[in-house]
Amino acid sequence: MTTRSIGHSVQRREDPRLVTGNGRYLDDLGRDALAAAFVRSPHAHATITGIDITDAWEVDGVEAIYTFEDLDELMARPLPVLIPHPALTHPRTCLALADTEVNHVGEPVVMVVARDRYVAEDAAARIVVSYETKPVVVGVAAAREAALAVHDDVPDNVAAHLIQEVGDVDAALACSPHRLTIPLTIERSACMPMEGKGVYAVWDRDDASMRMWSSTQTSTGVRAAVAARLGIPLARIQCMAPDVGGGFGVKINHPWPEELLVPWAARALGRPVKWAEDRREHFVSSAHERQQLQEVEVGFDDDGRILALDVKVWHDNGAYTPYGIIVPIITATQLLGPYKPGTYRCEFWSLYTNTVIVTPYRGAGRPQGVFAMERTMDAIAAFLGKDRTEVRSTNFILPQDMPYDHGLMFQDGRPLKYDSGDFPASLAKLKALVGWDDFAAYREQAEAEGRKVGLGIGCYVEGTGVGPYEGGHVHVETSGQVFVATGLTSQGQGHETAFAQIVADELGVRFEDVHVTTGDTRRMPYAVGTFASRAAVMSGNAVAAAAKVVREKALRIAADALEANPDDLEIEDGVISVKGAPDTQISLSTVAVLSNPLRYAFDDAAKAATQFAGTFDPDKPPVAEGDEPGLEGKGFYSPTQATFANGMHAAIVETDPVTAEIRILRYCVVHDCGVMINPLIVEGQVHGGVAQGVGGALYERMAYDESGQLLNASFMDFLVPYASEVPFIETDHLETPSPLNPLGIKGAGEAGTIPVSAVLASAIEDAEGFPILSMPISPSELWELRRQRASAAAHSATTEGDR
Amino acid sequence: MTRITVTVDGAKYSDDVEPRTLLVHYLRETLGKVGTVVGCDTSNCGACTVHLDGRSVKSCNVLAVQVDGHEVTTIEGLATEAGLHPMQESFHEHHALQCGYCTPGMIMQAIDVLNTHPDPTEEQIRLGLEGNLCRCTGYHNIVKAVAAAAKAPGAAAVSSSKVGD
Repeated sequence: MTTRSIGHSVQRREDPRLVTGNGRYLDDLGRDALAAAFVRSPHAHATITGIDITDAWEVDGVEAIYTFEDLDELMARPLPVLIPHPALTHPRTCLALADTEVNHVGEPVVMVVARDRYVAEDAAARIVVSYETKPVVVGVAAAREAALAVHDDVPDNVAAHLIQEVGDVDAALACSPHRLTIPLTIERSACMPMEGKGVYAVWDRDDASMRMWSSTQTSTGVRAAVAARLGIPLARIQCMAPDVGGGFGVKINHPWPEELLVPWAARALGRPVKWAEDRREHFVSSAHERQQLQEVEVGFDDDGRILALDVKVWHDNGAYTPYGIIVPIITATQLLGPYKPGTYRCEFWSLYTNTVIVTPYRGAGRPQGVFAMERTMDAIAAFLGKDRTEVRSTNFILPQDMPYDHGLMFQDGRPLKYDSGDFPASLAKLKALVGWDDFAAYREQAEAEGRKVGLGIGCYVEGTGVGPYEGGHVHVETSGQVFVATGLTSQGQGHETAFAQIVADELGVRFEDVHVTTGDTRRMPYAVGTFASRAAVMSGNAVAAAAKVVREKALRIAADALEANPDDLEIEDGVISVKGAPDTQISLSTVAVLSNPLRYAFDDAAKAATQFAGTFDPDKPPVAEGDEPGLEGKGFYSPTQATFANGMHAAIVETDPVTAEIRILRYCVVHDCGVMINPLIVEGQVHGGVAQGVGGALYERMAYDESGQLLNASFMDFLVPYASEVPFIETDHLETPSPLNPLGIKGAGEAGTIPVSAVLASAIEDAEGFPILSMPISPSELWELRRQRASAAAHSATTEGDR
Repeated sequence: MTRITVTVDGAKYSDDVEPRTLLVHYLRETLGKVGTVVGCDTSNCGACTVHLDGRSVKSCNVLAVQVDGHEVTTIEGLATEAGLHPMQESFHEHHALQCGYCTPGMIMQAIDVLNTHPDPTEEQIRLGLEGNLCRCTGYHNIVKAVAAAAKAPGAAAVSSSKVGD
């Protein structure tokens, strides 16, 4: 008997091609394509006064040079506001190529198409764009101050302002026994997938159709956007995501200017055109995230129970808002984590700055929200002199409170209602894993050795698997091989493996016989995309639904063939047999043959489906009314709301007493994403997420100068952690199934990243003995904080002495 | 244009290249060996790592003309008819890759680490891979895969260099 595949650490189907150099990423396609390069704004805010392309045409091999003037009416429109929201009162998006104004360094101004990228870059270097520079707004503090405007017609740089409140926060604050105010800062970071964005388009003149490939997190989204701007019917354009070298959020925004311009140029020139983003372009013309200023006011009782939580957030959305205000909405709602404050209000302002746009980056506003909440928990514990886990426990939503409705609207426009989770159990596991109760002794021993160590903690809840839907298509070919398609894309999550596991179980076939395609609009034109930790939940349940349809059809056909009752049949390893009479059997491949009545026998097996084979009832039509030929089926999954995963992390850090260097000694994770399809993959997601969190907490930041130049736009200066900076991650799991979907699964993609800044701030604070209110934190910043504390202490001692 | 003759993955090639052509672009565009990828252009990420005469180099930091008369091994030259290279096998077995973009360079560098340290400590592995970025795995399973490969016979060997010998 075949064992179930779900729940097992099955090795990945993707690996054999990827470890041998046979993966096919965007730039690996189209060797014969023309190459595009872009002239981008060197100024953060300027008026374009002229563009001189004359010299560029002198370069041998240049095929086309395009400016805004060359764009037709559809292409000349501002890019779409993908997620409109009533609170987004002043949305602004860029043009495919800038017309009169640029609003950040890196904005595309001129497109050059040439024989190869070397030539395109040579020509781009000869193009002279004249600018009149304008005053620049850099950083969220300057945006809030609003002395200068990013967009002349946007008052106070405010793109959006939103307040959500549950209960009477002011009244609850007024009668709280204790109150604290905590100001917090988080800086910019970015997804930084190892492969940048890229687009390759082939226009077929004879067929008047487009095939395009994009390194995207949504091929259906790109297809629809390009169809709209190029005026092509959907039937005449297909978009594929090939192997994608990481996404982490940045590739869900679409259409990027290049995603429109490359296919547009391919059609105009009648030649394949390709653009592969280089690393500097990725830094200055894709997207960043994370920067916020926050102010938390909290009222609580003697037990540390939060009676009132009042949070203000000033969110930097960069120069444009194509992705709307999803990030600050997530901050405002997911800030609550596993806790139930008596009353809650969050007010945010989403503000324009003359810097790269802000769209979701793994965690998508949650790291900031969790930072606010967890810093608050630690502050309450410090104020009351209580253990930090005790204060958290006091505020936990309990299993018996589930489902728990916070009374807020989540990022999908639906209620923020937790479906399941056992937070006390998770905390108990975490305390055991890290040895929470033994830490005091460890610290004492370390102190005796002259070492400073600290223990930190952070908890989060993550809404995963947001709608609207995903679909699956399952087709059993006459070979018995099963081909599965789902429309969302893959950027390394192992979908080919995980979805094959699901279909193998649901259909009753061997895992090896299931082959999954993702992100190809030719195979599944209805899809949303891979973001918000949604792929396993959405497409997992969709392919399961499709497999069920196919299974039922297979049993029906087999029942006819075996003259049995479908209810008496079972499928195992691709063979359908009568329960208890295994010799009465028919293979799924034969059923596939029978499912498609044939006129012509294309091979021996196909003979069984032809008209004189005697396999059909002559009194019935070959394809019954309401039925379809072929052993295939479709299924869609569309949930009423998100499913909420959760986790708790703890870390032990050591800070150097002299240099203030910060070293992570241990990092522990307890993670609950419901039923795990493949624990190997889930753990991998957690490891990678934590590493990105470590980068964001200790190393990565976008260093803009006062004129809006990004000073560290390369991997030389933007410090993505190497193997030498990330420790082994210790993990433990809880599997609290989601009651919302048939498979009981919750998302896992972003989890690892979410609480890391909060956890490391907590640990560093614990080591140092003073509050850490700003992340990321470098050794020099920690050293400076120490110096300020020492100097303030010396000053107060002097003042005392003077009295 | 300059004429170069180079052995890549055991086969000899002669091509005219522009003096400014980077090795990685020669491999990808002239030879069609797109298994070696570009991640950063500044020699920091190591995605383009190949072996030049048996030692790892970042092929975005080497000119094609510099490899004239030399021998290059890429990720595409590791597996043999007998199967995957032990390092490739170990990466698969230990889930040491997700998106796979850093993997060709990471595997080439990992083999180089074992050439230097046949029985490496965790620290030697981590320091040896410092220069190759991975954004997906947190290095957790990469470090484990390299340590496990060190125990496998032939993990430091590269088959195609034998062909060239």
